[in-house]
Amino acid sequence: MMRKLFPVLLAINAVLFVAALIFINRVPPESSMGLVQKIFYFHVPSWIAMYLGIAICGVGSIWYLATGRPQADRAAVAGGELAVLFGLVGLVTGPLWARKAWGVWWQWDARLTTALLLWLTFVAYLTVRKYGGPGSEKLAAAVGLFGTAVAPFVYFSVNIWRTVHPLTTVMPELPNSAPEMVPPMLASIFSFLVLFVVLLMARLELGRRQADVDELYLAYEDRTA
Amino acid sequence: MFFRVAFLVLRKDFAIEIKSREILYTTLLFAVSCVLVFAFALVKEGEAPPDAAPAILWIAIMFAGTLALGRTFERERYGETLRALLLAPAPRPALYVGKLLGIVLLLGVAELVLVPLVAFFFLAPFFAKPLLMTLLLAAGTIGFAAVGTLFAAMLMRVRTRDVLLPILLYPITVPVIIGGVRGTAALLASPADEAMATMWLAILAAFDVVFITLSLWTFEVLMTE
Repeated sequence: MMRKLFPVLLAINAVLFVAALIFINRVPPESSMGLVQKIFYFHVPSWIAMYLGIAICGVGSIWYLATGRPQADRAAVAGGELAVLFGLVGLVTGPLWARKAWGVWWQWDARLTTALLLWLTFVAYLTVRKYGGPGSEKLAAAVGLFGTAVAPFVYFSVNIWRTVHPLTTVMPELPNSAPEMVPPMLASIFSFLVLFVVLLMARLELGRRQADVDELYLAYEDRTA
Repeated sequence: MFFRVAFLVLRKDFAIEIKSREILYTTLLFAVSCVLVFAFALVKEGEAPPDAAPAILWIAIMFAGTLALGRTFERERYGETLRALLLAPAPRPALYVGKLLGIVLLLGVAELVLVPLVAFFFLAPFFAKPLLMTLLLAAGTIGFAAVGTLFAAMLMRVRTRDVLLPILLYPITVPVIIGGVRGTAALLASPADEAMATMWLAILAAFDVVFITLSLWTFEVLMTE
């Protein structure tokens, strides 16, 4: 089922991306920020995708710690890798916009700091998996679990500093404040989400095959020994 | 049974430490060197920047704590004694609590030297509100040590444990450094902002509860090979 679904999703994703670009091109430049405002269509969806990756990594980690199933671990690593990838897109696009909108590349604002720290935690997660040696899946699962659990604390403690980032209420209010921005935004979000699912599926399949190959090697060594 | 085991682990660590005092002295000297390095880096024309004292104090506690965590578990690894502890018919979370108490006590002793030292060098009124200051230091130290003990224990089997410990520990203990520094700075301000310090104390206490609970839950799973 998964194998048949994959090319279909890939095709949908390609169409969505082209549609999103056409929609983005059609919206007239925003009055105060001009062309730079269009970063918004890449920036917001990539953070949504990062938080989705973190959620998958967190749930996968808890599932793995509780049951020890290899598929739980594969889901966690896929989520962790995607979180780092999409987080990087968000971290690059954010400062490009901020330089124009705020006049500075970076602000120690609650949302920025939380996102940066969470991203760093999941970079640490991948570092443990890469350099932790045998048995590092469990250590990584603990990092995934703790990294997810610390998010509300980080957000709350940095929130006490003043926030300059546009509030998330910008999003639900978009139909009233700027109705022309809704179609490109929706197209962007959907294309990022479908891309996320496509990459997740590919990564899970890769993990499955790696596990199969490892099993075959072990079986072969047993026979020749 | 639970607290007896925790107490026995603590007494064992204490008995070893009292003979050589190696970890205590090295941790203390390291913490003092940290304070001096930051002092030389920050002090300009004989004046430290505002709020430097709480920042330097907490950085020294965290750095020295990382070193102490590494050394404590290195000792267990060298003698293969943690394996013996894990084989003992004792509740595993009790071993964690015993180790955690040892680290907290060690850091507490280090703070007995560090706090007066920082107060002396930076003319900071650390003893104006002794009760709140002690509670803040205790809550922050326990939170840092709670995550640190779990991570140091689970990294014991990993070859690259020396560098992985800070990489994993710092992003997750960021709320401790923010809460500790901001809370201490609020108390050092003139007049002292007790409401602000109490709020940070509450955040640190919540952090402690959540992360000790998570550690107790995961310690058994993580330490089982």
